[in-house]
Parts: sequence; structure tokens; C-alpha cells
Amino acid sequence: MSAAAPGTSKAAHSDVAPKKKKGPGALATAYLVIYNVVMTAGWLVIAVGLVRAYLARGSYHGLYYSIEKPLKFFQTGAILEILHCAVGIVPSSVVLTGFQVMSRVFLTWAVTHSVREVQSEDSVLLFVTAWTVTEIIRYSFYTFSLLNHLPYLIKWARYTFFIVLYPMGVTGELLTIYAALPYVQKTGLYSVTLPNKYNFSFDYYTFLILIMISYIPLFPQLYFHMIRQRKKVLGHVEDYSKVE
Amino acid sequence: MKQQTFLFKGLSRRRVEILDAKTKDKLCFLDKVEPNATIGEIKSMFHKSHPQWYPARQSIRLDPKGKSLKDEDVLQHLPVGTTATFYFRDLGAQISWVTVFLTEYTGPLVIYLMFYFRVPFIYAPKYDFTTSKHWVVHLACMCHSFHYVKRLLETLFVHRFSHGTMPLRNIFKNCTYYWGFAAWMAYYINHPLYTPPIYGEQQIRLALIIFLFCQIGNFSIHIALRNLRPPGSKTRKIPYPTKNPFTWIFLLVSCPNYTYEVLGSWLGFTVMTQCLPVAFFTLVGFIQMTVWAKGKHRSYLKEFRDYPPLRSPILPFIL
Repeated sequence: MSAAAPGTSKAAHSDVAPKKKKGPGALATAYLVIYNVVMTAGWLVIAVGLVRAYLARGSYHGLYYSIEKPLKFFQTGAILEILHCAVGIVPSSVVLTGFQVMSRVFLTWAVTHSVREVQSEDSVLLFVTAWTVTEIIRYSFYTFSLLNHLPYLIKWARYTFFIVLYPMGVTGELLTIYAALPYVQKTGLYSVTLPNKYNFSFDYYTFLILIMISYIPLFPQLYFHMIRQRKKVLGHVEDYSKVE
Repeated sequence: MKQQTFLFKGLSRRRVEILDAKTKDKLCFLDKVEPNATIGEIKSMFHKSHPQWYPARQSIRLDPKGKSLKDEDVLQHLPVGTTATFYFRDLGAQISWVTVFLTEYTGPLVIYLMFYFRVPFIYAPKYDFTTSKHWVVHLACMCHSFHYVKRLLETLFVHRFSHGTMPLRNIFKNCTYYWGFAAWMAYYINHPLYTPPIYGEQQIRLALIIFLFCQIGNFSIHIALRNLRPPGSKTRKIPYPTKNPFTWIFLLVSCPNYTYEVLGSWLGFTVMTQCLPVAFFTLVGFIQMTVWAKGKHRSYLKEFRDYPPLRSPILPFIL
């Protein structure tokens, strides 16, 4: 559900970062630079881990296990970004950022970690790869923006790679959730049935299906928002081709 | 020349031009407007030339990004010349508060009863049209229904609304909230596998007392607020405790209607039914009402210099 992240997550931030520089103070900026550098490094570690494991095994299968721990650590660490918005050092919407980060965290912990059987699925590799490339670009984008020294290449990458990475990530996520369904139904994972003294019930299987359905209205909106952002930020390139 | 114009200002008819706040296009030009015309009357005149924009959906302001002028504002008391320039913004389709309230409250009433009577397709077919064997379930139905009937009657006969309308999309949002939660709660309370409260009769009795106490309290506050405002008016006055002991809470709280609603009615209902979804509903309602109470408290403080300092928005001394 967080295919949202490839580039979109800070859609608001992105059209603010290059222009509005009065935002956070010096201390906050220093902290944010460190944060973004650490995150860039973290996802690079995951990227390198994936490549090394692939070269060592000679196949795409089961690469998740080689980067499981750093993935969990750095993806969960992104929760700090919600705090950044809440405190005001990053000018993005708390709700939007919260939504995007939590959906990533949900996929990492409540689906992939919780349902062991899906961990060897290729769909996991699909979204992990999409997330990794996206996050490396995204966090370097923020780092450079904060230092007021953004190379055009990074800006271009941020607003272009998503065109492929976003659908790739969404596909991986949906296939993974779909693969988890039979095991969730069989084991009743995270589900509560009646009767009980709280008079409450929850069916995780149905919940996952509803999550999958919610991608239908959400994904196009977020995707086309990024496309519009791309036109705005990288604008001049498009204008020439439009004139023809 | 200028002095002459000034002297005549009070007597002569004015001209009013209305521009679109976004595009600055001239939308309407009104000639020979009386200086004592109100914004409300100007809106009616504007409506004649643009029938799709009925007065309730017009926002007229002096500045394109400024605050809306009130219907009661009089033309000659506004900082405008003999030709007044106003900016117009379309507020979108509007719906009356009364309509919204009636719709959003009738839903829960009907929906809950559907679950209570176990209408087909909700629970397993063998339970269709059966009734629960737990008397607390019957009691809960009575309380829930009473609550919403009270709200409907208050909407029709008690409340005096300061705004006539709200944006149309609100009705979808509000109804989803009320109807959705009502269905969710009713599903569990009226479920064949419902588990009654752990502490049995004691728990239910205590909850019922709290519930009734706060229903009366909430109603007392609504009456007290209504009496502050003469019929048809939109005046705002500081509410004070009256002879009715249920209103004495005004000493400590700005919006005791919300206090009674949350602390009492819904908390009581939660304890009575011992149902987690009801607890969620109470919590969400509490959060929303706290936001409203804080807003109301702030506007009281802004409007009245002598506002009693001891009062908190919703919870005495706490919130």
C-alpha cells in the first residue's frame, strides 16, 4: 500500500524543498541531514546485500532472508518521519506521511514477517527491490536539498524512476498479500472470534482483502499526482515536446 | 467636490459590483441599491441574475481572500465608497443543518432496530427474527433508541441554529460516520453470541443510572442554550448556570452538553453493553467533541472580555 512511497511520500515536501528554505532551524537541518544520510546508507546496505546474495546463490529465490534485518530496521525507522512532520521540521502533512509510512510498516511486519510462508515468494523480492531503489533516491534527494546542492540527476531520478518503480512495488505488494491469504485463513492469524467478553471480532483475512481492494482507488490517484508533480518540477522538458 | 459627495453618501443610492474572487470577472452590477440594504438583501439580488447561486451558497467578501460578510451587515456601515466592490465565492451546494441532523440521526435509530429484530441476511438464518435472551440487550435497544429519538426531537423543537446551511458533501461524511458506527455497534450487541457484562446486574444498573443522568443533563444544557437565544435570532451570549442543577456544570465547563454526552451517555452505554466497538465510538466521539469544545471555548474567549476564567472547554480543569 505504500507504493505510495516511491517518490510520492513527500510529494508535498518535494515541491516545497527546492523553494521554501526558511523552514527548519540550523539544529533541525543538521539533524535532518544526518537522518537522511543514515537512511540513504541503510538502504544502500540493503541494495548491496541483495546484489551480493544474488551473486552468491546464483538465483533470485529467497533473497529476502539476506536483508531481512536491515529491511525491518530501516523501514521501521521511517516512522520518525511522521514525528518530523508533527513537530514541524518537515513541511509535509502528518496524515499523508503517516499513512504512507504505516502502510510500508504494515507490509513489512504484518504481512511479510508474520506469514513465514510468503517470505520465499518472488513477489517479496519485487517490492523490496522497488522500495530499495526508490528510497536510495528519495533520501539522497532530501539530503542534497537540505544542503542546498541538489544535482539535477537526483531530481530527475526522483521524478522519473517512480514511473516504473511504483507499479512494480504495487504489484509485488499485492501479490504478496494475495499469497498470504490462504495461510491467514487457515491459521486464523490476528483474528478474534465471538463469543468473547469484549463483544468484538476481527477477521484478518477479510481485512487483507479489503486492503487489496483499497489499492484500486488509491494507486491511480497517487500515481497521477506524481506524474503531475513531475510535469511541474521537470516541466521545461515536457513543454517542448507538447508544443509539437 | 469631495465634501459634497461625503454629505450625500448617507442619502444617495449606491451601486454594487460583484466580482469573482478567483478570476476577478465582473459577475453582477447592481444599480440604485439602498444604503441601508443588508448583505442578505444583496445576495437575493445577486441570486436573481444568477439563479444557480442561491443566497446560502454565496460567500460575499470585501477582499478576495478575506472573511465572508454576514447577512446582517448593512451596506452603509461597510468600508466601501458609493460604488461598493464585493468578491464572490461559490460555497458549493448547500444543505440545511436541520436536514443533515434529521438524516444522520434517523439512520442509527432505524439501523439499530434492524439488528435488534435480527432482520434476515445479518446473522445466520436460524436466528432471523429471533430475540436475544439477555435482558440487557433489550435495555440497550431502549436506551439507544431513546437517545436518537431525543436528538431528533431536539433538532425539530429545541435547537436554534446560527448557520442555516452547510456544504452538501458533509451529509455523506456525517451519515457514513453515524450510520456506520451504529451498524457496527448494533451488530455485536444484538449478536446471538453476545456476552453480557461480567458484573451482571450491578454493572448494568450503574451504567443505566449514569446514562439517564447524563441524558437529562445534556437535555437541560440544550434547553438552557436555547433560552439564551430569542426565536429567529443568531445572538450569542455567555451561558450561565440556571435554577436547574444539571446546568450548574456551566461553572466549570464551556460545553457541558458535550461533557454529558461523552462522560455520561456514551460511557454509560459502553459499560452497560461491555462492547469494545461502543468504546471505540465513545472515544472517537470524545476526540471530535473535544475539538469542537476547544473551538467554541476559544470563540467565547475572543468574543467576551468578561468570560469566566474558571471554565475549561469540556472536562473540568483537565481539557
